[in-house]
Amino acid sequence: MSEEESPATRVAIGISFGNSYSSIAYTTEDGKAAVIANEEGDRQIPSILSYVEGEEFQGTQAKAQLVRNPKNTVAYFRDFLGQDFKSIDPTPCHQSAHPLQHDSTIAFKIQDTAEDTENIVTVSEITTRHLRRLRNSGTDYLGKAVNAAVITVPTNFSDAQKESLKKAAKDADIEVLQFIHEPVAALLAYDARPDAKIADKIVVVADLGGIRSDVAVIASRGGMYSILATAHDYDVSGTQLDQVLMDHFSKEFIKKHKSGGDPRESDRALAKLKLESEAVKKSLSIGSSANFSVESLSNGLDFTSTINRTRYELLASKIFAAFTRLVLHAVEKANLDPLDITEIILAGGSAHTPRIASSIVSSFPASTAVLAPSTSPTAINPSELAARGAAIQASLIQEFESEDIEQSTHPMVTVTPHLARAIGILCISGDESSGVFRALVEAETAVPVRRTAIVATPREGGDVLIKICEGRREIKVTKSTPKAKDKKGTVEEDDDSEDDYDSEEEEDEVREKTWKVEKVLAEAALRGLKKGAKVEVQVNVGHDLAVTCHVREVGGKGGVRGGWQAPGVANGSA
Amino acid sequence: MAAVNIALPLPVLPEGWSAEKDFKAVGELTHATDRNIEPVGPHFLAHARRKRHKRTFSEDDRIQAQSNVKKVEDEDAGEISEPEDPLMLQRDAKDWKGQDHYAVLGLSKYRYRATEDQIKRAHRKKVLKHHPDKKAAAGSTEDDSFFKCIQKATEILLDPVKRRQYDSVDEGANIEPPSKKDTQKGNFYKLWGRVFEAEGRFSKNQPVPKLGNDKSTKEDVEHFYNFWYNFDSWRSFEYQDEDVPDDNENRDQKRHVERKNQNARRKKKTEDTTRLRKLVDDALALDERIKKFRQQEHAQKNKRRFEKEAEAKRLAEEAAKAKEEEARLKAEKEAAEKAEKAEGKKAKEAAKNAAKKNKRVVRASVKEANYFHGAGDAPAAQIDGALNDADLVIAKIDNEELAALTSRLNGKKDASEIKQIFVDEVKRLIDAGKLKDGEAKFLSA
Ligand SMILES: Nc1ncnc2c1ncn2[C@@H]1O[C@H](COP(=O)(O)OP(=O)(O)OP(=O)(O)O)[C@@H](O)[C@H]1O
Ligand SMILES: [Mg+2]
Repeated sequence: MSEEESPATRVAIGISFGNSYSSIAYTTEDGKAAVIANEEGDRQIPSILSYVEGEEFQGTQAKAQLVRNPKNTVAYFRDFLGQDFKSIDPTPCHQSAHPLQHDSTIAFKIQDTAEDTENIVTVSEITTRHLRRLRNSGTDYLGKAVNAAVITVPTNFSDAQKESLKKAAKDADIEVLQFIHEPVAALLAYDARPDAKIADKIVVVADLGGIRSDVAVIASRGGMYSILATAHDYDVSGTQLDQVLMDHFSKEFIKKHKSGGDPRESDRALAKLKLESEAVKKSLSIGSSANFSVESLSNGLDFTSTINRTRYELLASKIFAAFTRLVLHAVEKANLDPLDITEIILAGGSAHTPRIASSIVSSFPASTAVLAPSTSPTAINPSELAARGAAIQASLIQEFESEDIEQSTHPMVTVTPHLARAIGILCISGDESSGVFRALVEAETAVPVRRTAIVATPREGGDVLIKICEGRREIKVTKSTPKAKDKKGTVEEDDDSEDDYDSEEEEDEVREKTWKVEKVLAEAALRGLKKGAKVEVQVNVGHDLAVTCHVREVGGKGGVRGGWQAPGVANGSA
Repeated sequence: MAAVNIALPLPVLPEGWSAEKDFKAVGELTHATDRNIEPVGPHFLAHARRKRHKRTFSEDDRIQAQSNVKKVEDEDAGEISEPEDPLMLQRDAKDWKGQDHYAVLGLSKYRYRATEDQIKRAHRKKVLKHHPDKKAAAGSTEDDSFFKCIQKATEILLDPVKRRQYDSVDEGANIEPPSKKDTQKGNFYKLWGRVFEAEGRFSKNQPVPKLGNDKSTKEDVEHFYNFWYNFDSWRSFEYQDEDVPDDNENRDQKRHVERKNQNARRKKKTEDTTRLRKLVDDALALDERIKKFRQQEHAQKNKRRFEKEAEAKRLAEEAAKAKEEEARLKAEKEAAEKAEKAEGKKAKEAAKNAAKKNKRVVRASVKEANYFHGAGDAPAAQIDGALNDADLVIAKIDNEELAALTSRLNGKKDASEIKQIFVDEVKRLIDAGKLKDGEAKFLSA
């Protein structure tokens, strides 16, 4: 078997490999990404393997084994890759095979053959088997043997974890063309849509998964992405929501069947409870109520119940609030304000939950677009974002030699100076005598960069000044005083003046984004403009932060050119 | 990327602006931040093509390029820094109300100051260490009691409402006020500053003013104590509630316990308010600045009083002086007046005497002139008439005229000459309207 496929014989897919679910995707002839359904018709394939008398089950079938055969069922293992026992959290594996220390790695003791013996199977081997099943599903669907992939990983996946995953993939006959970060894959999936416009924006990707949630704040500048901050949380996640429903239905069950016992106290009942609760939770993302129905839940008693969405949202309100706080925390870590956020992409399975989306909407200003199924009709299925992004990247690079890809992703290429401040021009506005700043190049833009603006001129035309400056965004806060109060008399209201005071304290504050000019970089003059003329201003920042600019009348010839040096270069050397 | 459209107009070129080729550079860009661009998407590929430009990069290049990159991932969770008390590790999770949640998570140093993020990280570190599966793997019995303590602590500290209830009664965050003795060793600001900082955590109004130091202004100190005497505390005591029985059987009992709890909460709240007030009283009493300000105020007052008194004295002195001066002037004036008067009297006397003398001369000259009778003894009527007329003239003239008349008469022996002088004088008086024609018929011509 060859080490690497040559580009010509590559068949590449995108793989999103989560602790809870995995997905595979490919790119169609016309360049659209699509998620592949496996033999069972699943596009979200549980990342679970189970062994029954030597037979291997994967995905939904394996998940079902959590009830009858938990000991030989392996789940929630991705994050164990490349880690030592000391640094893993085994909690998610309580109801399946427990992770064990094995040399410097993690393994599971399972009966994975027809023999009646327990074998030590490393997490790497489990991963290989899981990836092989994914690869086979891809091969079946595409009709040609998949042999390469772009795989998504969390932003805090260590080099050791990536190395380990790469090896596991290789053992499954998959050449990893590239690892890409999950939130960036999600962003790419959106930006690759044909109607998408490339713009300078700040995007938050909130990936709300099964056993972890990850938030990334990304500067998207001319189609290139730089991560400004991340936040990770291993508690606020989908299983916490499952737990809310498990507790709820357990209590209902106990209320109904006094002698039935607490289903949470038996492993088997607990497993059934969990599977059904997750199903109920998913139904509540679409419907306004859902049925819970488990045969022989506990002590041989069947149990059916219904719950409506309002009730669920009440029970889970604290967890929903925690999701929102996590997103806000990431914004804070990036030293940004909610007003700076252009859009929030909700990714991951839990992003289907309408209440999570709506509470994020209400924590951000109206100018922030929240892309989730319940808030935007054009949102992409959040469970598919990572796999789709990976498939798009795979299609972009599958033609390249591995060495080429390696060199292109080298830090010499990726590490780039990013502007500390925005570059823009001063314009005239009625209410500000000193001029208002308008940005051409936003802060956190990687250099080299070129941006152009078309600017209006005074009504009469004539001579104009183009002042190029650095600007810094500021948040202006104004407390709105209630109008009604101003009008109120002062005499007759002595008794309730205190209440008035309180209500005033809760008064909304209006927050807005403004610009502060930090320093003037250059001045240029354009003379004799025609009435109603427009001016084109072009700014070029070099890789060394030297700047050139060109201003001219739109439609006119010549114009004025000039430039200045990079910071730190002695003046007057020219 | 497409050009941005900016609707606001450019400014008009200021009068007198000029530059070579109409362009001048003024400043340079602020230094940039090194960051990783994500090697993803079509635009990145274009960037990579430009940047690689048929070059290849080595491992050394990699290290060099990454040396200044801004990190976006937090450092590894790392080791738990706070030592774990062996007794704590043996705690029973059932007794969670009595447990120090911050200590359980290794956050004793931070307590109410711990951020949500810190709590989450601390939790994760503890989970990684104390997960029962790991203990089992290490051969010890599968005792998950402390693990449950960790979960309980996290549950409470990550729930804003429950955390506040716990923080309300978190003894570990209290800082006892120092004794009077300790305070007086000159540590007032350090010792009490900490106390107030700890108490400040209960304030609904943040930020809480700081105690300050001996250089604080009077306004700041006053503001500080005002704040503390009007402290608005969120502290509450439901965490110390007695458990309410959870069965529906005994409703009365349930209600009873609930009521008891309500009362206990209220009582504790009142006690806490009193406690804080006393604490502020104590601090105030020990605060040297208060004394200082009082002294200063006192001194100020005294100074003002002194000034006032001095002024009064000065005014009194001035008044006395003025009075003296006045008296002196008056005396002088009186003396002068007296002198003058005396002088006048003398003169008058002299004049009077002179006049008397003069009158005598006048009268004598009448006799000398033989009463204007010519030769021989003059008859009595003539004598009387002449003397009467002379007296009449004397009466009609003042002393000066009298003197003049006298000097003219002086030494004159000739009767006609004398008569002529009298006739002239009478004529003058008649002319002056002082005498009527014929009134002094003995002296007329
Ligand atoms: N329609 C839905 N509504 C609500 N929750 C859903 C829905 N679909 C999936 N989920 C939940 O999303 C979670 C899985 O998310 P995702 O598919 O992103 O997993 P993952 O990437 O493997 O996450 P992790 O690695 O954190 O476990 C599960 O808790 C699942 O129950
Ligand atoms: Mg995920």
